[in-house]
Amino acid sequence: MPCISSKLVYADHLGTCKARWGIGRMNYIVPPGLYACGAPDSGSPVVVTANYKMTYDAVRQALAGRNVWVLVLETFGINVWCAAGKGTFGTEELVRRVTSSELAKVVTHRRLVLPILGAPGVAAHEVTRRCGFTVSYATIHAVDLPKYLDNGMVTTPAMRALRFSWYDRLVLIPVEVVLELKSLAVISAVVLLACAAAGGLPVGMAAFVAYVGAALSGIVLGPLLLPWLPGKSFALKGAVVGLLWTCCFLLLTGGHWTPLATTAAFLILPSVSAYHTLNFTGCTTFTSRSGVRKEMRFGLPVMGISIVTGTLLLVLSRFIQG
Amino acid sequence: MDGFRYLNNVVTLALDQPTCTGCGRCVEVCPHQVFIIARGKAVLADRDACMECGACALNCPVKAITVDAGVGCAIGIISEWLRERKLSKGRYC
Ligand code: SF4
Ligand code: SF4
Repeated sequence: MPCISSKLVYADHLGTCKARWGIGRMNYIVPPGLYACGAPDSGSPVVVTANYKMTYDAVRQALAGRNVWVLVLETFGINVWCAAGKGTFGTEELVRRVTSSELAKVVTHRRLVLPILGAPGVAAHEVTRRCGFTVSYATIHAVDLPKYLDNGMVTTPAMRALRFSWYDRLVLIPVEVVLELKSLAVISAVVLLACAAAGGLPVGMAAFVAYVGAALSGIVLGPLLLPWLPGKSFALKGAVVGLLWTCCFLLLTGGHWTPLATTAAFLILPSVSAYHTLNFTGCTTFTSRSGVRKEMRFGLPVMGISIVTGTLLLVLSRFIQG
Repeated sequence: MDGFRYLNNVVTLALDQPTCTGCGRCVEVCPHQVFIIARGKAVLADRDACMECGACALNCPVKAITVDAGVGCAIGIISEWLRERKLSKGRYC
């Protein structure tokens, strides 16, 4: 039986950093299977987790100094929450791992401890029917596992409460930036070339900075400032950071823009930010998909119309000047 | 979750109380305290807090809960719309 160390070393932290930026994500996968943490015996609890590096690290760190079995599921390096949504952290995989690791021979009890955020993928009663083990959904956050174990394996309301701190949001942003990198690169190149062709290189550069700034405001600032931005709608929150960026941009560039170009900036840039902040709903754990659909049915046409109108104004200002 | 509330009156969550046996699984799995058990039956105490993760519906042994669960990001929904209209066969994620 492989044993796991519950102390994180420098290489683990470096790996975490790389994994957050999506670099070589697949190299940080923990092989699925049953692991011993400390010196567990046939009566020790069985904690189930995903083979996502950060989840696995959080679990083994939380279990430091305890004797526990850790059953790692194959989620292809994806965290519990996303893997449960996709079904890889699910009934099938759980039953398969319980069987293949011969858990029933290792422990005498018949109880599995699962993270609450794994529940969207696992049907507890199905697991029991198929392999005889009952499922206890323990805590949301791995750090609460010791308290759960000490509490006689009973979940308190505090362990069931979601937290979504500034730091929780911060660590999600690198992946978002990397995911959007391609589309950002293509669109910003088009913006640069089109505007440079129409008004010369300085205009092209200004438009490039304006666009990239608006996109990054939506991707980075929107999520970070989430609780402090007005309204409940993510598109609205994004539009507000976009507005702030537009003001900053106009001030930074000296404000010598024609009224038409200024209007265009106020139409286009907040829409760009709004779109990107709206996309962050995929990373949160409190937005519903019906809500996002509603926002999009209303928001996408508004963003589209203002971007088109803004672009027309820019073309128009070109003719007026010319 | 303090400070984080999403839109009101949009979620598709529904509970069929006559079917419910009051086992409490839904209370156990919901990260947003949407359910409470009152007089031996589950009750929707805070429906608007639901994020449509589907955990309660999947874990209810008598299928008393229904909810339209799935991806909640804009890109995912766009690609879903495109697929519905057969404009693209692409899959996101
Ligand atoms: S899981 Fe289903 S049966 Fe159990 S309390 Fe909830 S609704 Fe009722
Ligand atoms: S779908 Fe998820 S958030 Fe909504 S009530 Fe069920 S468990 Fe709670």
